[in-house]
Amino acid sequence: MGRIQERADDYESRRAHLAQLSDEQLKTRFWALCDQITQPLIDLARTHTSPSIERSVLMRMGLDSLVCKAVVARVEQQGLLQKGAGHVVLAVMRHDGVDLQAAARSIAEGRNLTDLFPAHSGG
Amino acid sequence: MKPLDPKKKLDIPALLQDLEAHRPRRRGWSWRTPGPQTYGKFEYRDMSPPLARSIGLPASQHFDHIDPQPKQVITTEIASGRFEDDLRRMRMAAWHGADHIMVIRTAGQSHFDGLIEGTPEGVGGVPITRKQLRASRRALDLVEEEVGRPINFHSYVSGVAGPEIAVLFVEEGVNGAHQDPQYNILYRNINMVRSAVDAAEAKRIMAYGAIFQIDGAHNANATAREAWCVMPELLVQHGINCAFSVKAGMHKENIGLSTVPPSSAPAPKIWFDLPYAVALRDFFDEYRFRAQQNTRYIESDIEEATRTHVIDTLISALTHADLQSTITPDEGRNVPWHYNNIRGIQTAKQTFAALDGIKELVTINRQGPLGQMVREIKERAVLFLEEIVSSGGYFQAVADGQFVDSARFPARNGDGIARDPEGGVAAGSVVKRDPDYLAPVPAHFGDNSPSDLLDLLAGNTLEDPSLLPWIDELDEQDNAAHRLDTLIEDRRRGMLKPEVEWHGDGIVQLSLFFPAELEVAEAAALEVATRMGLTDAQVIHKAVMHPAEGCYLEVKGRTDIAIDLAQLKIPEAKQVLSADEIERFVKARGLKVVGGTVGEDEHSVGLREILDIKHGGLEKFGFACTYLGTSVPPEKLVDAAIEVGAHVILASTIISHGDIHRINMRKIHQIALERGIRDKMVIIAGGTQVTPEMAQETGLDAAFGRGTRGLQVADYIVRFLRERETIR
Repeated sequence: MGRIQERADDYESRRAHLAQLSDEQLKTRFWALCDQITQPLIDLARTHTSPSIERSVLMRMGLDSLVCKAVVARVEQQGLLQKGAGHVVLAVMRHDGVDLQAAARSIAEGRNLTDLFPAHSGG
Repeated sequence: MKPLDPKKKLDIPALLQDLEAHRPRRRGWSWRTPGPQTYGKFEYRDMSPPLARSIGLPASQHFDHIDPQPKQVITTEIASGRFEDDLRRMRMAAWHGADHIMVIRTAGQSHFDGLIEGTPEGVGGVPITRKQLRASRRALDLVEEEVGRPINFHSYVSGVAGPEIAVLFVEEGVNGAHQDPQYNILYRNINMVRSAVDAAEAKRIMAYGAIFQIDGAHNANATAREAWCVMPELLVQHGINCAFSVKAGMHKENIGLSTVPPSSAPAPKIWFDLPYAVALRDFFDEYRFRAQQNTRYIESDIEEATRTHVIDTLISALTHADLQSTITPDEGRNVPWHYNNIRGIQTAKQTFAALDGIKELVTINRQGPLGQMVREIKERAVLFLEEIVSSGGYFQAVADGQFVDSARFPARNGDGIARDPEGGVAAGSVVKRDPDYLAPVPAHFGDNSPSDLLDLLAGNTLEDPSLLPWIDELDEQDNAAHRLDTLIEDRRRGMLKPEVEWHGDGIVQLSLFFPAELEVAEAAALEVATRMGLTDAQVIHKAVMHPAEGCYLEVKGRTDIAIDLAQLKIPEAKQVLSADEIERFVKARGLKVVGGTVGEDEHSVGLREILDIKHGGLEKFGFACTYLGTSVPPEKLVDAAIEVGAHVILASTIISHGDIHRINMRKIHQIALERGIRDKMVIIAGGTQVTPEMAQETGLDAAFGRGTRGLQVADYIVRFLRERETIR
């Protein structure tokens, strides 16, 4: 498309296909279009993640906001956000045999994470 | 903490103590219980139950002090930048009928990538932090017990930290929140991919905590040049957020549309606002309605704002609203002052009480122009959606500048807000989840792979609040405890300063009229304020009454005067009998009053106000009044009283040259003595130069000065006679 330009009100000609719809049919059409427009957005959300989502996951695991921020920054730097930050923390817990807070702290302090996901191609 | 005592102030320092172990007592939203209600002498059709403690509208004193509560939840927005001061405002608001406290965030928080901790001071709002939320919710728990109705606490799940804020809100028992990715994209220029991805997670978390959601569509009204032209787009924005929210897992009953009557008088408001309101409610009948009041056309005139808001609330009553938000009438000129929050709440409460059951009396007429206008708005909205689809979807439509164009769709002015799908704050921060992606927590949206790693976790904060972490303060200076030092010290020393926003801010307002043109009046007003000792004086409102004859102005300024309560002389408060009590006494005895203005005195206004029923005078309480007119000789006054068998003589005297008022008062006493009726009669004088002390001096029973009302005189007569009866 491109930037929308000035345009006169062509409602009368545009509405021709809506004119015959009942109020109920018009409402159905409204909601069908809303569903159609939002479906790609929700599919995107289902299959993607963000630093804020990952920090919110760590919060729910019981970490404070300063630690959440530091951990996600490290995870992001090492190209592992797509694994899930909580996932990375759990992997450190298992690998190093430490508890949640200690695992988070070691990530925040720079623990190398790439050995935990060897199959991962990085980035 | 102990329950609140209505006679005592909130103990704010105590609210900030021991927060680490404190947990909210519930999650989710609370509605009022609508239905028929009896308040005093009136049967209401569709209101909600009374509060245990509240303050009614000013006129309620004439209606047995009832305080009928509307069925709609009533919102007030509170955010002065210092939440510890706002807590007092919240309590005042609850006493006037607000049960939805919305806290605006500090400027810039939506671009803050992460959470803020502690209690720093905000600008135009409050930094939303765990500590601030926990202390506020704790205060509201006490206040809701005091007033006897649940209070909903609300803030914003927007910006680049939406999912984190949403978790925080569920953990801290926040009951309502704004969440709408379109707001991020259009008004905060946050990358649209990030906004959409974050929004689904945030909404899923909010759904878990049963947080009531309000969308951001109303911002288009506030932004567009001619707000009524964006009506079709408003339906579209509501529709997109609703459809997206349901897909993210929200229940429709927890999804609210934030809707504002888009126009304002002098426009013929009802011809825009009513069809819009009806169209919206037709399409969104499964969702909740948060009716907001118009802010787009508020100027500095608080009465004008209030009038607009009454009509906005009328639209709510004529159609439907689950929640009525209020705007402080001073929002057009400053950060809202606390007593103006109360004015806003009163506007909604008064309007809804007045209009209770209006739909039984008045029906919306869909035949004729309304039906056509409603249909047209809906069709234009559908055409808008069709154009989003044909442009290639939502992101492309935003990129093309399809949203917040000032023309009425399908007309376009080409001035919409366009955003680059690959630009904006936090662009490029979203990644695709790997097949083994894992988020080991509840309330997570989207693809998640099972894993035995989950066994390592002790639990999560949503199900086990004992796991919540705690950060107290990060800044030694910028925190609530530090700011409270002044309050604590002032309360300890018993010092009192006026305020409008923060403790002891010293702000006062002057109302002035000058018989001069505007420029002169403005300069003069500032000069008066300065000479009165106010600093930072500023004209906050001006209105021309006539270009030459004069202007009305309001000025604010700061005073340093602090009152030492130990030195303050407080006149003894006089209790006045109730109107009912007076009336019963008067009617049982058939009390009669004879009144007149004595001497060569043609002034009759004061006495008429004391006597006349329409001024709330003695007649109102059942006294039989005989008014003798002006320039009545003292002899005639006493003789007339004897003739009609009066119990009371009222003598009015205005002129005081040569002490004539005292002379006449003494004369009436003498004549009554001579006629042998002095002890049967209550004799009262009144006038602008009369003082209470003159009664004893002249031998009369009582004397009233300037500003006396009928009720005070009636109260005196009844007490006097009651005492005489008991003595006898």
